[in-house]
Amino acid sequence: MDQQLWIYLFVGASFALYIGIAIWSKAGSTGEYYVAGKGVSPVANGMATAADWMSAASFISMAGIIAFAGYDGSVYLMGWTGGYVLLAMMLAPYLRKFGKFTVPDFVGERYYSQTARVVAVICVIFISFTYVAGQMRGVGIVFSRYLETTIEWGVIIGMAIVFVYAVLGGMKGITYTQVAQYCVMIFAYLVPAIFISMMITGTAIPQIGFGSTVAGTDTWLLERLNGLNQELGFAAYTDGTKSTIDVFFIVLALMVGTSGLPHVIVRFFTVPRVRDARLSAGWALIFIAILYTTAPAIAAFARVNMIDTLHLTAYEDLPDWVDTWDNAGLITMEDKNGDGIIQYYNDKNEEFVQNVATPNGWAGSEANVDRDIMVLANPEIAQLPGWVVGLIAAGGLAAALSTAAGLLLVISTSISHDLLKNNLMPNITEKQELLAARIAAAAAIFIAGYFGINPPGFVAQVVAFAFGLAASTFFPVIIMGIFYKRMNKEGAIAGMLTGLVFTFSYIVYFKLISPELDNAENWLFGISAEGIGSIGMILNFVVAIVVSKLTAPPPEHIQHLVEDIRVPRGAAAPVAEH
Amino acid sequence: MSDDRKEAAKAYWKENLRLLITLIVIWFAVSYGAGVLFKDALDTIQMGGFPLGFWFAQQGSIYTFIVLIFVYVFRMNQLDRKYDVHEE
Repeated sequence: MDQQLWIYLFVGASFALYIGIAIWSKAGSTGEYYVAGKGVSPVANGMATAADWMSAASFISMAGIIAFAGYDGSVYLMGWTGGYVLLAMMLAPYLRKFGKFTVPDFVGERYYSQTARVVAVICVIFISFTYVAGQMRGVGIVFSRYLETTIEWGVIIGMAIVFVYAVLGGMKGITYTQVAQYCVMIFAYLVPAIFISMMITGTAIPQIGFGSTVAGTDTWLLERLNGLNQELGFAAYTDGTKSTIDVFFIVLALMVGTSGLPHVIVRFFTVPRVRDARLSAGWALIFIAILYTTAPAIAAFARVNMIDTLHLTAYEDLPDWVDTWDNAGLITMEDKNGDGIIQYYNDKNEEFVQNVATPNGWAGSEANVDRDIMVLANPEIAQLPGWVVGLIAAGGLAAALSTAAGLLLVISTSISHDLLKNNLMPNITEKQELLAARIAAAAAIFIAGYFGINPPGFVAQVVAFAFGLAASTFFPVIIMGIFYKRMNKEGAIAGMLTGLVFTFSYIVYFKLISPELDNAENWLFGISAEGIGSIGMILNFVVAIVVSKLTAPPPEHIQHLVEDIRVPRGAAAPVAEH
Repeated sequence: MSDDRKEAAKAYWKENLRLLITLIVIWFAVSYGAGVLFKDALDTIQMGGFPLGFWFAQQGSIYTFIVLIFVYVFRMNQLDRKYDVHEE
């Protein structure tokens, strides 16, 4: 069967499945719409969380980023998994016990303040919108690559699909489609990974192949990779180039940011009991880890394979897959010295250029390889049949759509529930609130789609923004709300604003205003914009504690509330019936 | 809450915090310790094809995180029952 036909078949079948689930699980009440009626099993919620969490970037780009960055890529691996430990132990069970629908609900009530609630709503909307714009773009790119449409049409089709199941089904529809999307995504990721691992190392499990010898030799794969990298003027694969302090603070910002992201936290409101919230975080991490421990293995295989295939190969001897991706613009090659042979090396390393490249008559690195190719070209590199390519297309779309849907739900909830019901229009009925939520979701989809088609300049910096802001605003106020009874509204508001303003300004300064200064010499303590959320978080803690010591303690009933959320019993009581 | 319950809740919270701190120390040690701060020193040790520090940064820390959460789940379920604060 023709490859294109397989792609239509897989993508079409997976879409039909998602829409079928959406119709089956249509939400009838705000409880179902916001938190799936709190009836999701911990395993299903773990799977849904994993799908929600792993975006198009995790699926398509992460292995490629690691392949080029080597050890430096570890910041994403540790940073995007370690936060689940914090979630399981310090946030999820207590927020579940608290028993409301949203993060601003908690902030507003625990700090008995509408101002705190409004600050929280603004942060939620900003974080979620920056994040979702990147997702819609991802949907568009996957569509245009596989279905031969333009990016614009890709975004529009993606919007239509998300519209059906997010607007109809709410959290309930999203949860069960995410379970399906996780299965599609992980299958699509593992099949080519296993074959490539067998091809390069002779071991079927990528996590083990990663630490094995190259098939047919007795050289370790990583040793060979270090050798190849250094031979071509790159840093050794297992060492990287980032400073230790920067790596430390980026990992911290990503971990803490993960556990403060509203679309992740809200998933733990959907399980029936406190103990399920803890367990569910464990399941979520298992499902995430299956992909996150495979990605660095793929990265290493792909890097070895890429250098072997390209460097010092005659142009006419290149394998077919290079041509395919050359046509798609993901590999560009130029015979700079006209010798008919490709040289691939680090032409930014001046010492290497002087000592090795120039004496050999090399006139610059001749291949420019896009990082996304490391996952997208896998099936062809491993010479797998056409249906695997269809699977990867469906997997990439599942990854992008599931994350987009989770984010859109958070945006619509914070508008209908936090802003309207709990602030501007407290007298609306549940029916009206549900209608408002659906309208807000529809509007959010259109805005996200618009940004997907016309991406604003900051989309590339989404990671720094979303994680930095979540780390420097929500994480500290939630933690202190649970673990520090004495924290009052003055402290929380001052802390949140400090973290927000500091982190926001630092990122805007280095990424938008003065990108030419964006290097280690100008950074505060040598910490890049990606890691600055950690400092924002520390500032938030310090300011909040100092301010709260200088002002009156919180009222008696708030102190009782804190005592109450610390014990699990009573969570099943219908506290959330509005 | 009666006084007995209050005392139980306090003791429960204390034991919870002790468990939490132990696990967070391990969490910190495998990622920030082995994977970042002491990575270069650990890299002198080879585990199969992996330099040990690199392995912690790209594999080992993630496996440890999973174990930590399940240990926490198991111990907390015990604590919930011990102090009679578990859910029905």
